[in-house]
Amino acid sequence: MFVPHTEGQKKEMLRTIGVRSFDDLLEGLPKDLIRPPLDLPGSMSEMELVRHMEELAKRDHLAQSYLGAGAYEHFVPTSVWALALRGEFSTAYTPYQAEASQGTLQSIFEFQSMVCNLFEMEAANASLYDGASAAAEACLMAAKHTGRSEVLVPDTVHPQTRQVIETYLKHSGVRLNVLPCRGGVLEPSTVKKVLGAGTAALLVQNPNFFGCLEIHVHELSKLVHEAGALLIASSYPVALGMIVPPGEYGADIAVAEGQPLGLPLGYGGPYVGLFACKMDLIRKTPGRIVGQTVDQEGKRAFVLTLQAREQHIRREKATSNICTNQALCALASTIHMSLLGKEGLRRLADLNFQKAHYLAGELEKRGFPRTFDRPFFNEFAVKCPVPPDRIEELLAREGVLAGLPLGRYFPALKDSLLICVTEIKTRGDMDAFVGLLENVCR
Amino acid sequence: MNPNDLRFTKTHEWIAADGTVGISDHAQHEITDVVFVDPPKEGKTFKAEEPACAVESVKAAFDIYAPVAGVVTAANKDVAANPALVNQSPYEKGWLYKLTMTSPSDRDKLMTHAQYQEFLKTATH
Amino acid sequence: MPITGDRKIVEELIFEQSVSGRAGIPLPSSDVPRTEPETSIPSALRRRAPADWPEVSEPQVIRHYTRLSQLNYCIDTHFYPLGSCTMKHNPKVNDRMAMLPDFSALHPLRPHELSQGVLEILYEVERWLRELCGMDAFTLQPSAGAQGELTGILVARAYHESRGEKRTKVLIPDSAHGTNPASAATAGLEAVTVRSRPDGQVDLDDLRAKLGSDTALFMMTIPGTLGVFEPQVREIVDLVHRAGALMYMDGANLNALIGLLRPGDLGVDVLHVNVHKTFSTPHGGGGPGAGPVGVKKALEPFLPVPRVVKEGHVYRRNLDYPSSIGKVHGFQGNVGILIRTYCYMRLQGAEGFREMSENAILAANYLRAKLAPLFPKMPKGPFMHEVVVSGEGAFANGVRTLDAAKRLLDYGFYAPTVYFPSIVHEAMMIEPTENESRETLDDFAAAMAAIVEESLTTPEKVKTAPHTTPVRRLDEVKAAREPILRYRRD
Repeated sequence: MFVPHTEGQKKEMLRTIGVRSFDDLLEGLPKDLIRPPLDLPGSMSEMELVRHMEELAKRDHLAQSYLGAGAYEHFVPTSVWALALRGEFSTAYTPYQAEASQGTLQSIFEFQSMVCNLFEMEAANASLYDGASAAAEACLMAAKHTGRSEVLVPDTVHPQTRQVIETYLKHSGVRLNVLPCRGGVLEPSTVKKVLGAGTAALLVQNPNFFGCLEIHVHELSKLVHEAGALLIASSYPVALGMIVPPGEYGADIAVAEGQPLGLPLGYGGPYVGLFACKMDLIRKTPGRIVGQTVDQEGKRAFVLTLQAREQHIRREKATSNICTNQALCALASTIHMSLLGKEGLRRLADLNFQKAHYLAGELEKRGFPRTFDRPFFNEFAVKCPVPPDRIEELLAREGVLAGLPLGRYFPALKDSLLICVTEIKTRGDMDAFVGLLENVCR
Repeated sequence: MNPNDLRFTKTHEWIAADGTVGISDHAQHEITDVVFVDPPKEGKTFKAEEPACAVESVKAAFDIYAPVAGVVTAANKDVAANPALVNQSPYEKGWLYKLTMTSPSDRDKLMTHAQYQEFLKTATH
Repeated sequence: MPITGDRKIVEELIFEQSVSGRAGIPLPSSDVPRTEPETSIPSALRRRAPADWPEVSEPQVIRHYTRLSQLNYCIDTHFYPLGSCTMKHNPKVNDRMAMLPDFSALHPLRPHELSQGVLEILYEVERWLRELCGMDAFTLQPSAGAQGELTGILVARAYHESRGEKRTKVLIPDSAHGTNPASAATAGLEAVTVRSRPDGQVDLDDLRAKLGSDTALFMMTIPGTLGVFEPQVREIVDLVHRAGALMYMDGANLNALIGLLRPGDLGVDVLHVNVHKTFSTPHGGGGPGAGPVGVKKALEPFLPVPRVVKEGHVYRRNLDYPSSIGKVHGFQGNVGILIRTYCYMRLQGAEGFREMSENAILAANYLRAKLAPLFPKMPKGPFMHEVVVSGEGAFANGVRTLDAAKRLLDYGFYAPTVYFPSIVHEAMMIEPTENESRETLDDFAAAMAAIVEESLTTPEKVKTAPHTTPVRRLDEVKAAREPILRYRRD
C-alpha cells in the first residue's frame, strides 16, 4: 500500500543503484531469517476497513455515563479537531527547522501562555504525556532541585497517578511516602507528622480523587515551605474556572491532566500532561519548551529553547528522558481554551458545579447521602444501600454507567459510588438517573 | 587577569593564584555563545577533576571541572545574569567561581599558559 | 503569509486579537435550580480573577489556527526526509476511524464487558506486533518511544532482580539516540558508552571489554543510526547473552525490517516500537505517539498492567501480574493512536508490510546512488531505509551542513536530520520512506546538486538561507539567554 513506483520504475531504480535484483541490497541480512512466513491476514480496502471499524465501535455504544475519576466527558466544539487534524499540523514533526515550523511553534507558545494563566504560574513547558507522568516528573524534579529524597503523596491523589509515580520513582533514589487520609481530605496534622529535612515535596490533588476540595491547601503550602520543601499541585483544569489556582496558594510546580480541555475520553488516551512551575525552576524542567525570539530581519518568531536540559544534548544527565511532547493534543487544548476564553471557562465551571450539586441534592433526598461532607466541584461519592458493583452492572443494562465503585481502590469505601456530572447532562438526564438508581436499590 | 599568571588544565579550565576559576579563550570559542552558567553553591567541596559547574550553549552543555581540590567561596553573579561575559572576557569578567584550594601546591602541577598553548597545538579535539 | 503592518509580525498571537467581552462559543444556560458557590466553597478556595485566556470569536479562532497551520511544512505538503523519524504517509481514514464517536466516548474505566470492541483492537494490535516482530508478548501502554525505552529497561531490570542478579550497567553505542542513555539513567542504571568503528559498526573489542556480570542490557538500534544493517548482529547477540545480559533493540528504524526480518528471530529480548514511525500514526508536530514494548516469554511477567487478555470470546483488562513493574500511563496508553495503528495494519496486511520495507530500502539506495556524485565521503552501502551523508568535502567556501539544510527549505523540501549521528562529521541523515515517488527523489537530488553548485558560485546565498520561509534564520542565542516563554499583556 501507498507505494508509488511502477514495476518499470523499480527496475530502473535498481539499475541506477547498480544492482541486478532487489535482494542484492539485503546482502548484510541473515539469509536464513529473511521473509519469514507471517500468520496474519491480507490487506483490507479502505471501504472494508471502515465497515469493520464501525462494527467494532458500535459494539460498546452506551447512552450515558457518570464516570469521572481522572477522565471527564466535556463537550468538544467541532472546530477543535477540524483545526487540529489539518494535515499541516498533524503530519508535521517536532519543529527542529523553526523557519518551516512557525505554526506549531507559535501554537505551543500560546499553549504555554494559556497554561500559565490557568494555573497563575510563571512558566510552562510544551506538555508531557499525561497528567500521571507529569506528576511523576514533578516529583523527580523536586527531588533534584532540593537534593532531598522523600516525596509525600496523600492517598487522596488518584490511585493510578500514584502507581505511575511509584514506577518512575522506584529506582531513582527518591522514596514515595503515601499518606493515608480519613474523611476525604488531607489534614495538615497528617503532613506535620512526616514532614522533615528529607522531604523534597508534597503533592496535592485539588479537587482530589474523591471530588473533595483539599480545603487546607493554604496551610499545607505554608507548612511545606517552612520545611524547605516544594509544593506540587495537581488540578482539574475545568474546576479552575471556579476554584483557587495553584499559583495563588504558592505551588512551586503545577500539573494537570489536560484531557478535559478539548480531548475525547478515547479509552484513556492520548491525553496531555500540563506542567508549569516557578521561573527559577525552569532549567530543571522536563520536556520541550518554546521561546520567543527574532529572526535575522528582526521579525518576531518562535523556537525550541533551553534545549541543553534535554536528552539529545545531555544524554544520561538530561532532566528527563522525554523526547517529544503531546503537541497535537496540546494544540487541541489551545484551540479549546481560545474558544472558551476568560468568561467561557468561568461559565463552564459554574455549569458543572450547578449540575453536580443538583444531582447530589436529589440523591441525598432519595437515600444516597454523600460519603464525605466536604465542598466539592463536579464529582462526589455517595453511600449506596446496594453494593456499587451491583448497581454498575444493573444500570449498564439500561445503557448507563453509574460511576466508579470506590471499593475497587479503597476497601473501606466498599459502599460508595463516585459520581461525576459535567455540563453535558440535562436535568432530565439526571432525574432519569436518580429514578434508575432508586429502582435498582429498592 | 594576564593569562600568563594563570594555570590551565587539559579540560580547558584556568585557575589563578587566588583560586579564581574560569575557562580558557580557546574553550569559549569552541563552546560558541554561552547562554547559561550554572554556578556551584558557596561552601561546596570538590575534588580535583570533579564537575563543579555547567556552561551551556544553544546546542550543547559542558561540565566545568574543578582544576584542583577545594571549597567554593564565591560564584560570579555577573555571569549568571549575563552569560555572554564568558565569551567577551574569559580571563576577567567571565570568571566562574572562586576556590579555597585544599593544597595550593596542586596548582603548580597544572600547565602554564605557554604549556597550554603547546598542548592546544598537539591535542586532538 | 502577509506581514501585519510594519510591526514585524507574521501572525498575531491569539492573545493580541482579544477584545474584552468577546466570546468564542456559547454555552447553554443552566436548567437546574441555582446553588450559590459561596454557600459551600469558602472564599479562600475560590478563584478571584478569571484565567486570562483570549476573548475571541469562533471565526477568529478558525482563521488564526488555519493561518498558523499554513506556516508549517508537513508530509501532506512537502517531502519531509527527516532521518530516523520515518515521515511517511498518514492515511486519513485512520484519523477518521479513531475519532468515531463510539470510540471517542469510551471512558477508560468502563467495565470490560462494555469495552469489547476497543479491547479487541488492542488485543489484535498486540497479536500483529508479536507476529511481525517475533516477540512473545507486548505492552501497548507507553506513550512514546522514549517511555517505551524506560519501560523496557525497567522490565529488564525487574527480570534480573527476580533472578537475584544485580546488574547496574546499560551498554549503549556512541551512535545511539540520546533517549537511550537518558532512559537508562531514569531507570536508575548507569549508561556506558560502547565505541563505534568509523563505518558505524559496533567495535566488538570495546563491547567485549565492557560486557560483564554487571551488564543488564546492551541497547542497539537495528538497523543502526547510519542506516546500515549491523552485519555482526548475531555475534553481538551471542556475546551479550553469554554475559548473562539482555539484548535490547531500539525499534526507531523498524520501517526497514517489518515483514522482512523479525527482531525476535535475531535473538532480541526486548524492543520498543515507535508506531508514529513504522505504523504511520501522525507525528502531530511532536506527539502524541505510542511506544509498545515487546519481550520474550521470560520477561512477560514484568510488563506493565493492565494487560489485555482473551478468555473464550471475552476480552478483559487483567491486573493480576504480581511481578509487574506497575504503570507508566494514567490509564492504558494512547488508545486513539493504537486504533490508528490497527487500521494501518489491516490496510497493509502481511504482504503490504513486506512491500513497505522493501520499497523503503529501494528508495534510500536509489537516493544514495543519485547523491553519490555530490558527496565524496559517501559510504558504499547498501543502506537500509535511510542514508547518512557528510557535508564535509561536498560544500565549498565554508558552507556547512546546517546551511544546506536551511537552503533545502527554499527548494521546497523539509530538511533532513542534521548533525546526528554525532560520529559522522557534518552529518545529514536522509530518510525518504516508501511513499515518495521517483520523481520526488530526483527533484530532491537535483536540489542538493544545485546547493553544491551554489556553494561554489553564490555561497552567501546558502549561508543566509532560507529566503522564502515565513521567517528567516532565528536568533537562538537570544531565545536562550533571555527566555520569553509566554505572552504577557503590556
